[in-house]
Amino acid sequence: MISRRQVLGSASAGAALLALEGLLPAWARGGPGVWPPADPRSGAHEFDLEIARTPIMVDGRRGSAVTLNGGVPGPIMRFREGETVTIRVRNRLDEPSSIHWHGILLPFEMDGVPGVSFPGIPPGETFTYRYPVRQSGTYWYHSHTGLQEQLGQYGPMIIDPAEPDPFAYDREHVIVLSDWMFANPYRVLAKLKKQSDYLNYQQRTLGDFFRDVSAKGFAATWKDRLAWGRMRMSPADIADVTGHIYTYLLNGQGPQGNWTALFKPGERVRLRIINAATMSYFNFRIPGLPMTVVQADGQNVKPVTVDEMQIAVAETYDVIVTPDEDRAFTIFAESMDRSGYARGTLAPRPGMSAPVTALRPPPRRTMIDMGMDMGGMKMGGMKMDGMKMDGMKMDSGAMAGPGPIVARHSPDHHGPGAVGIAEVQRNRLGEPGTGLEDVGHRVLVYTDLKALVPYNQRAPQREVELHLTGNMERYMWSFDGKKFSEVKSPIPFHYGERLRLILVNDTMMEHPIHLHGMWMELENGHGNYLPRKHTISVKPAERLSLLITADAPGRWAFHCHLLLHMDMGMFRVVEVTPYEGELS
Amino acid sequence: MNARIIFLAVVAIFLGSGAAIAQEYPPSGAPAAWSPPIDDSRTYTFVQVDRSELRFGKGDPRYLLDSQGWIGTDANKLWVKAEAEAEGQFGAGRGLEQAEVQGLYSRMVTSFFDFQAGIRQDVGPGPSPTYAVIGLQGLAPYWFEVDSALFLSDDGDLTARVEVEYDLLFTQRLIGQPRLEVNLAAQDVPKLGIGAGLSTLELGFRLRYEFRREVAPYIGVSWEQALGDTADFRRAAGERASVTSFLVGIRLWF
Repeated sequence: MISRRQVLGSASAGAALLALEGLLPAWARGGPGVWPPADPRSGAHEFDLEIARTPIMVDGRRGSAVTLNGGVPGPIMRFREGETVTIRVRNRLDEPSSIHWHGILLPFEMDGVPGVSFPGIPPGETFTYRYPVRQSGTYWYHSHTGLQEQLGQYGPMIIDPAEPDPFAYDREHVIVLSDWMFANPYRVLAKLKKQSDYLNYQQRTLGDFFRDVSAKGFAATWKDRLAWGRMRMSPADIADVTGHIYTYLLNGQGPQGNWTALFKPGERVRLRIINAATMSYFNFRIPGLPMTVVQADGQNVKPVTVDEMQIAVAETYDVIVTPDEDRAFTIFAESMDRSGYARGTLAPRPGMSAPVTALRPPPRRTMIDMGMDMGGMKMGGMKMDGMKMDGMKMDSGAMAGPGPIVARHSPDHHGPGAVGIAEVQRNRLGEPGTGLEDVGHRVLVYTDLKALVPYNQRAPQREVELHLTGNMERYMWSFDGKKFSEVKSPIPFHYGERLRLILVNDTMMEHPIHLHGMWMELENGHGNYLPRKHTISVKPAERLSLLITADAPGRWAFHCHLLLHMDMGMFRVVEVTPYEGELS
Repeated sequence: MNARIIFLAVVAIFLGSGAAIAQEYPPSGAPAAWSPPIDDSRTYTFVQVDRSELRFGKGDPRYLLDSQGWIGTDANKLWVKAEAEAEGQFGAGRGLEQAEVQGLYSRMVTSFFDFQAGIRQDVGPGPSPTYAVIGLQGLAPYWFEVDSALFLSDDGDLTARVEVEYDLLFTQRLIGQPRLEVNLAAQDVPKLGIGAGLSTLELGFRLRYEFRREVAPYIGVSWEQALGDTADFRRAAGERASVTSFLVGIRLWF
């Protein structure tokens, strides 16, 4: 165990080392877009943040960002569990703005969602957030106004625990993954409204057809094409916004920027990994270094060692790596659709780099993702039938295959806002995520996550079921087929009640679903040790459940954290209202 | 006078603030005076020149413009469709041969299809009827883009048209597009040269290259066959019943 002072000490020693060697990387030499930006701490428990339009450089190209204290990402907000913090946020934009503290338990008026918890921060004005810090771990913060988050308005947040962490490390680095576009995100959204595959340059072509024919035979290939065509869906639909327009960032640096974190061989290095992207899941790995996951969404989990993990938008994971060798390691975060990557280096000295792993071939959706009824076929039967899906690669035998069927869909197809439904709903918590079914090394799965201490063990009194729905062709996103503007009231939670939230993904894409203000305990089979999540990625055609104690009165946002999906209506307000029942 | 203005202003402020206090935005339960957290009902505008092409066959080249666009939300749109055909050596010949403009209200009725209703006005040197239009436009199973409509003219003549397009990806940017257009009529309309039944059938194939999604020049071939009485009307007018053309054009949208 080490104290916070030691952590900070080693961090500043690292900075001193950098300065001494006079080998500051480009980002640290001043000029626009320096990261980390100016220290927000202005008093014992006081912080200042300034939102402004600032030019930044991304891989040698100039862009205009919405920055926090001048940087993308914004500065590290470092709190200590138990303190009450005051954060003055000044909006120097010519439009309203906001800051939301992602995953933080606080009074709802401080949650920072305009139109839900407060009116927003008008241009030129300052809003003062003040709340007691009741948790610890790695989190982040971002704008909840319009598409400002896409323009760079996000940053990391670290809360040091009141009691020492239950794991030891010698040094820590924050890794903020994100996706940057030089274009105006509203214009990009308008393009998607008119042609939803506008940015997808990894679609199946005639060449793929002939390759599949030679691999699987004509009949199987034709049948596969007909199956997808009948549904008017594309197996290549992995990401709506792709590397065609995105530059993927690691701590604000593009792949060429090669952000570098230092270590001394043999040190235990804690990496606080935050997916602050708006639309991009990442496959995260450091080739040659196993990662021991110690926290998920800021909460302690039973340590589990993996070689790779798929990080959903808005999730955070803390891992410990122990590089023994005196060499550089590449930190590689491949976008899930493999149209690009963010990259940095973990090195014993500045200026080093390691070979950059090649992008793997793009994954494909499967009939499992479509929630198709496979007619009770066994896996072997599927293979023989030629319905073996691209990307599943079940013939390798390395992967257990899709999770079990747990439910079937009701006759309600959710109207024109939804295309298709998950006729067959599966428990997919044991699956590693799209494209990682057969990578030949250990990949983190949700069933690996086991809380270190038991949380609330009350049985749920009530169930709420919500379906994630969408119409890719029209680029409409919703819950239960209804956009936010179409519903008549918030979702009621009764104060003090314990409830089970069931999420069913009727779409063929992953959705990172985020509940503000309250933890969601993922029912992943670990009994009294269910892991707490603030953001849960729901796989295509998956049915999962979460336990929630409605212990936070007020209005809370609940939404898909893919920014454009949220903005298109996959958004709800949960209202926790007074209740006469038992409290715990 | 001043007192009255002040009185009205006070009333307005009172009513306004009263409304703000009393009202909530139903989806959020938050005060209605606050801007909603998201805006999922924006209005978008789409303009497409689907076919802008020179058609080379026997005789003078012809120019075809087929464009459409809409303004609206997910559920409700106003569509405008315009098609014009001109004959002659790059506009130097007889000029506009025929043209039509449609203005349609379009309503989302299923996940993939909109119901449309409105009017069509033909313009050109010949007769220029006005039609009432109802139609269905959208994406059919197996990725067929379908635009179908029934037209009832001010003379009471009923005709119909179905257009079907399909995109065939040779590469991510080189895309082949087979296209079928069928015109049908419930009766002979001699003054327009339309015969009852299946009046014309047009098959085309265009090969475009998407420099950007929005900008795609193409080459292609088109074969149009008039059938039944329509063929007879055309032959009587000294036209051919079957026309094969080579096409050079550009597809644009924004």
